[in-house]
Amino acid sequence: MSSESQKILTTDGIPLEESLKKTERKNKIKAFLLVCPLLFFLIISYVSPIVGMLFTSVDDRMVTNMLPKTFKAMEDWDGKDLPSEKVFEAFYLDYKILVDENRHGKLATQMNYEKNGFKSILKKLARKQKKFEEGNYKEQIMKVHKRWGQVDYWRAIKRRAPSYSYIKYLKGVDMYENEEGKIVEVPEDRRIYKILWLRTLEIALVVTIFCFLLAYPIAHLLATLPMKYSNLLMICVLLPFWTSLLVRTASWMILLQQQGLVNDFLVWIGIVADDHRPVMMYNKIGTYIAMTQILLPFMVLPLYSVMKTISPSLMRAGKSLGGTPFITFWKIYFPLTIPGIGAGCLLVFILAIGYYITPELVGGASGTLISNQIAYHMKHTLDWSFASAMGLMLLTGVLVVYWVYNKLVGIDNIKLG
Amino acid sequence: MALPKYTETHYRIWHYCYLFFCGCVFFFLIAPLFVIFPLSFNAEEFLVFSEGMKRLDPEAFSLRWYHDMIYGTKNPWGLAAKNSFIIAIFATIGSVILGTVAALGLSSKHMPYKGIIMATLISPMIVPLIISGVAIFFFMAKVGLAATHAGIILAHIILGTPFVVITVTATLSGFDHSVTRAAASLGSNPVNTFMKITLPLILPGVISGGLFAFVTSFDEVVIVLFLAGLDNTTIPIQMWTGLREQLSPTILSVATCLIVLSTLVLVAAELLRRRSERIRGINR
Repeated sequence: MSSESQKILTTDGIPLEESLKKTERKNKIKAFLLVCPLLFFLIISYVSPIVGMLFTSVDDRMVTNMLPKTFKAMEDWDGKDLPSEKVFEAFYLDYKILVDENRHGKLATQMNYEKNGFKSILKKLARKQKKFEEGNYKEQIMKVHKRWGQVDYWRAIKRRAPSYSYIKYLKGVDMYENEEGKIVEVPEDRRIYKILWLRTLEIALVVTIFCFLLAYPIAHLLATLPMKYSNLLMICVLLPFWTSLLVRTASWMILLQQQGLVNDFLVWIGIVADDHRPVMMYNKIGTYIAMTQILLPFMVLPLYSVMKTISPSLMRAGKSLGGTPFITFWKIYFPLTIPGIGAGCLLVFILAIGYYITPELVGGASGTLISNQIAYHMKHTLDWSFASAMGLMLLTGVLVVYWVYNKLVGIDNIKLG
Repeated sequence: MALPKYTETHYRIWHYCYLFFCGCVFFFLIAPLFVIFPLSFNAEEFLVFSEGMKRLDPEAFSLRWYHDMIYGTKNPWGLAAKNSFIIAIFATIGSVILGTVAALGLSSKHMPYKGIIMATLISPMIVPLIISGVAIFFFMAKVGLAATHAGIILAHIILGTPFVVITVTATLSGFDHSVTRAAASLGSNPVNTFMKITLPLILPGVISGGLFAFVTSFDEVVIVLFLAGLDNTTIPIQMWTGLREQLSPTILSVATCLIVLSTLVLVAAELLRRRSERIRGINR
């Protein structure tokens, strides 16, 4: 609108532009108010606890609270020579309370992670300290075990003084901070988490690839068959999709056991001898097979919904221009299905990387994933800060995958059913 | 999809290989479900096909595990089923109401910060379940709702809403907004317009979102494992303990019942999808 022309007024005498803006703002507020209940519900009960996990993961007050006097006494210790009698006395008093309340085992576990060999000398001290006489604790403690006279062990205690630390994250990738404050890897025989991360990644990738290889042909068949046949076959995809995860896992447990139908079949066709039935459950193979079948519908459905939109005349055009069926498929059909491939692979990969139930039931020791370890620390060792740290590392991984996907394909391609 | 007569032999062979492969995949998908069915009628205590069953001897089949499921001593399934249904129904109602209202706001073209809000709303679907479980457990423990029905219901509402938001937004994408304007011009207030005009039109989307929410809640183990006490055991939790500890054929009877239930859900979802497509004018 040119500036010279008179402003158009509404019937109320307000300039139209202003009135429009007002309505626009009103609409914005109205739309936002509709979203509000769910948004705030989720922020309070879901997003904020996830952010809270960040604090839990660096929270190291457990040790700090167990040895309050020791850490206070250690404040003016330079860490070069053995600490003074004052520190030894404070440590004795702290530890006595822990032993009396039967909490010293936890301290031993925590300190042993900090420095190898702590568990035994702490246990020995717990037994011997009952007979301690008053005064001169430094000598008495050092007499319990010669390691108490080594300055390294006292430095290790001092390192646990701060209330917040990132050691749980280091632990999650098999690293620790040594005496000099350098971050190094733990000895080879004690590395567990790196293997677990790699295995999680490997299983998620392999399952995604398997799902893709199995889903692509059947999605293509479903999309090209006449309606009356494809609807019938679609049931084969949708029924497992709607069936309880535990039911499907249970059926795989039955099928894969040593006396199960799969083994029976292998014996019957003569691939394996009756007394050499392969173990297919409680290992990686079981996890692969069960997870592939369980996640397959999540690959088929996005592929199908994309393939359904590809006009068959494109293929005919390709062929009429002299392309062989393989070339027309590769040059025309396949590129058009890439959004579906992206959506399916993303969905399956993200679901697989955080899978818990199926690996726990059919995975055994060699087929479990990082989520099983998180659950283990949540429910059994009660090391919640470590569970949070691992959870957040996993979440970061998932979000990176998600972000890459969004850059490459765009997120609007996820469809349900 | 019969091949044209002029097809060359090697393409013909290739085509039949392809069909055979597809057949195998469909078999792989569906067959495991059908293993459970006959085994649940097993007369013996083992989870393998007995010799009698392989010979189809009527003696080898019985209903004893169904009997055990319903009348068994110290039977946990009754309580579990009751809890499961209560939790799933309330969680579905909650998810549907919150999700539908939010979807109405989200699909308005005036909605500010649409991207980030949408991402937040569907985040429970993207974040791995185990992490959601840990986070929700921390929250429920803090507010004192751990080991209560209310806590589990709230947790399942969190998990269920993304499905409702997605299905309803999809339905609303084909929604003709002039009908609500027409209603408004005829003097209807917004609530009345929603109940009389909008809701009936988006109902298929709402119900199918609700079905997703129901199934998610009904089938959810991870979060309930963290949250549930002895009084809030659900069917999946019972199955989980059963599968880990004493593998009894009663589980298979329950599993069979669940398969029947999921078949019903499938039929309902499929009918809804077709109706929704018809309403939105998508012809295939």
